[in-house]
Amino acid sequence: MAKKKLVLSFPPRLIQEPVTYNLIRQYDLQVNILRATVHPRERGRMVVELQGSKKSLDQGLAYLEEQGVQVDTLVQEMRHYDERCVHCTACTAVCPTDALTVDSQTRELVFDASQCIMCESCIAACSYGAMESQF
Amino acid sequence: MRSIEEINAKIKSGKVVVATAEEVVGLVKDKGVKAAARQVDVVTTGTFGPMCSSGMYFNLKQSTPKIKCGGGRVTVDGVTAYAGWAAADICLGCTALTDDDPRNAVYPGLFKFGGAHVIQKLVEGQKVKLEAKAYGTDCYPRKEYSAELGLEDFNSAVLFNPRNAYQLYNVAINLGQKTIYTYMGVLKPRIGNANYSTTGALSPLLNDPKLRTLGIGTRIFLGGGQGYIIWPGTQHVAEPKRGEHDLPLTPSATVAVIGDLRGMNVKYLRAASLTGYGVSLSLGFGLPIPVVDEEVMAFCAISDAEITYPIVDYSENYPLGRVADLGRVSMAELMSGSIEINGKKVPTGCLASRAVGRQVALELKQMISEGRFLLTRPVAPLPGAQLAAAL
Repeated sequence: MAKKKLVLSFPPRLIQEPVTYNLIRQYDLQVNILRATVHPRERGRMVVELQGSKKSLDQGLAYLEEQGVQVDTLVQEMRHYDERCVHCTACTAVCPTDALTVDSQTRELVFDASQCIMCESCIAACSYGAMESQF
Repeated sequence: MRSIEEINAKIKSGKVVVATAEEVVGLVKDKGVKAAARQVDVVTTGTFGPMCSSGMYFNLKQSTPKIKCGGGRVTVDGVTAYAGWAAADICLGCTALTDDDPRNAVYPGLFKFGGAHVIQKLVEGQKVKLEAKAYGTDCYPRKEYSAELGLEDFNSAVLFNPRNAYQLYNVAINLGQKTIYTYMGVLKPRIGNANYSTTGALSPLLNDPKLRTLGIGTRIFLGGGQGYIIWPGTQHVAEPKRGEHDLPLTPSATVAVIGDLRGMNVKYLRAASLTGYGVSLSLGFGLPIPVVDEEVMAFCAISDAEITYPIVDYSENYPLGRVADLGRVSMAELMSGSIEINGKKVPTGCLASRAVGRQVALELKQMISEGRFLLTRPVAPLPGAQLAAAL
């Protein structure tokens, strides 16, 4: 089994297409939608976790590319600005995954973008503007 | 054991031995209180976190013709300042906002800019826009004044805080059904998280719980520069209930502090925007504790596992001033990332920075070791305290 967390950007012409349905039916992928927005006439965006056999995943990704869906990894979507962070760790209490944790030795904040599900709970919890969403 | 004078002589000769409050925990475990007290002359402490009762006052250089701001209206970068003193003395509180800030009308408010941001800009070396309106007098005829000014353009600029550095603080939870936005951060419903604000074993006033070595006149590390304790802080509790190791059981001692803003640095002075609550100023505060007797060392050696804090509900009990016993948790438990309340695992978050607090303690240690910071004997104790005889 392979698993990938991705950001899918849909051009306006694809907004009527059942892309997610096809990923599930034709490519036998588990699609966990973590977040989705549609800006009419501009674009649609979805943060998804895709899971399936390596082959299905590769074929599914090829299908997305063929359709003109832009596929990005999550790393750029949520940013932690280290120079603004004071390592108070208030954000760790509201983070539902282990994306934001504290190093038990240094007591500094550790941001693991691969664990982030873009819920943005940390933004309100941070008093220093150290977390920003590009979604 | 040793007096302040003896410690200062050692500082001047470069022979002083300084350790942080974190370092002495291990030292006392290894060698015992007696040996540790003999070895270490000064213990440094540190904290860094939002301290809402902070502000600055400054004195404006007069231009021609002169203006009497007192009784008029002054704003700095649009933020309302207090102009109720003399002609050119102006006070700016860190929580002050601009008139057009929506505050919590758009809930929860973001509070992106306020007095603290002005103070941070000045310390960073930026200029701010001062606008004054006055009624004009025979000796101060000018009625309007506006200028872009930096820290060096004032006659003086002073950080002045009526209440900082609480000795012990609450652990905040939310027993209600909706998310609340407090000065203890965002609290999720049904005990979704527990927030605390302390540096525990490094916390300044907790390392001298009976205030035996500090008082009015004590020199401190403040915002990256040097400052002084000038008075008991507002809401100072002189005789708190105490538990094990004489530690207070509830928020108790506080101090009023002052320091020259010139010489402070944004590593230890940072504006904070608390969602739904308001603007605050996060400050680095460090207290040097002279080891004048063994008792001083015994208190400094108290570890995170031994300090406990009361759990307080901020959905109803705190706003309505109700007292309810929801139990206590230790600093060590809080620092583990989660605590257990009513059998539920609750994630914890901190408002104070242990990492920056540690830097404060280390920087103060370095200042003392290099002879750049001398200790002071308090001129008077804080209410409820008795200074150590050996001081």
